[in-house]
Amino acid sequence: MAEEKNQNVLQPGQWVNLYADILFNYAITRVNNHHIAKDLVQETFLSGLKGKDNFRGEASEKTWLISILKRKIIDHYRKINSAKGKKEVRMPFYQDGKKKGSWLEENVPQTWGNEAEKKIENEELKTVLDLCIEALPNKHKMVFLLKTQQNFASEEICNELDITSSNLWVIIHRARLQLRECIENNWFKK
Amino acid sequence: MISCDEATAISDKKQYGEASFTERIKLNFHLMLCKHCRAYSMQNNYISKILAKYLHDSCKTDHLADIEKQELEEKLKVHIKDLSENS
Repeated sequence: MAEEKNQNVLQPGQWVNLYADILFNYAITRVNNHHIAKDLVQETFLSGLKGKDNFRGEASEKTWLISILKRKIIDHYRKINSAKGKKEVRMPFYQDGKKKGSWLEENVPQTWGNEAEKKIENEELKTVLDLCIEALPNKHKMVFLLKTQQNFASEEICNELDITSSNLWVIIHRARLQLRECIENNWFKK
Repeated sequence: MISCDEATAISDKKQYGEASFTERIKLNFHLMLCKHCRAYSMQNNYISKILAKYLHDSCKTDHLADIEKQELEEKLKVHIKDLSENS
């Protein structure tokens, strides 16, 4: 293919070579899963190819591909958010009635004791933590990790996933409620 | 007075330094009266500590393997070929 020596021209033949790593890196820090990130990169390339006539040459090829990937990440988030039979976090509070918003008796936080501090240096604890994070519903896990592991600013997460700030905090709240209970059940009750 | 649900939500926000002044006042007032949420808050601090210690960023070391890139390259090639044949 004899392309003109123009700055912003698409060269799909070079995409994998030039952008696979950049796009994968962008995706993995957001979805935290190798296979999903890989699929998103592939979908981005294929969408880019299909829509290459829409490329106006105003942005660089890289910027253009990343903007497609961003769309794919939002789509992915919406999919895990609306998946049929999706897991939800069971709230440990009364959901209605006079006691609405109070702890359910069976979910009241138990005493962890002073051992908590001592036990911070423990490989087993890391395993429990990993298991408990893994057990979070996908949506909650994704948002929780963006905030807690990748340290994204709240505003950025809201923009990237197209959710509201209150939405974000509800998800983090639910994730941390479940996480706390999971750590209690699997670590402190042993 | 806010509920335990609301109080723990503020406690969660506080873990990221993002609870407002008013929210923190509301939380502290609630904590004076509610031992369950006091326990939650303390445990929440502890959880943040272990998260900071153990939640390492595995993403930074995760890469596409060469074989994966080759597969990607080949898939893309097929589509490029289809496209040029159809146009």
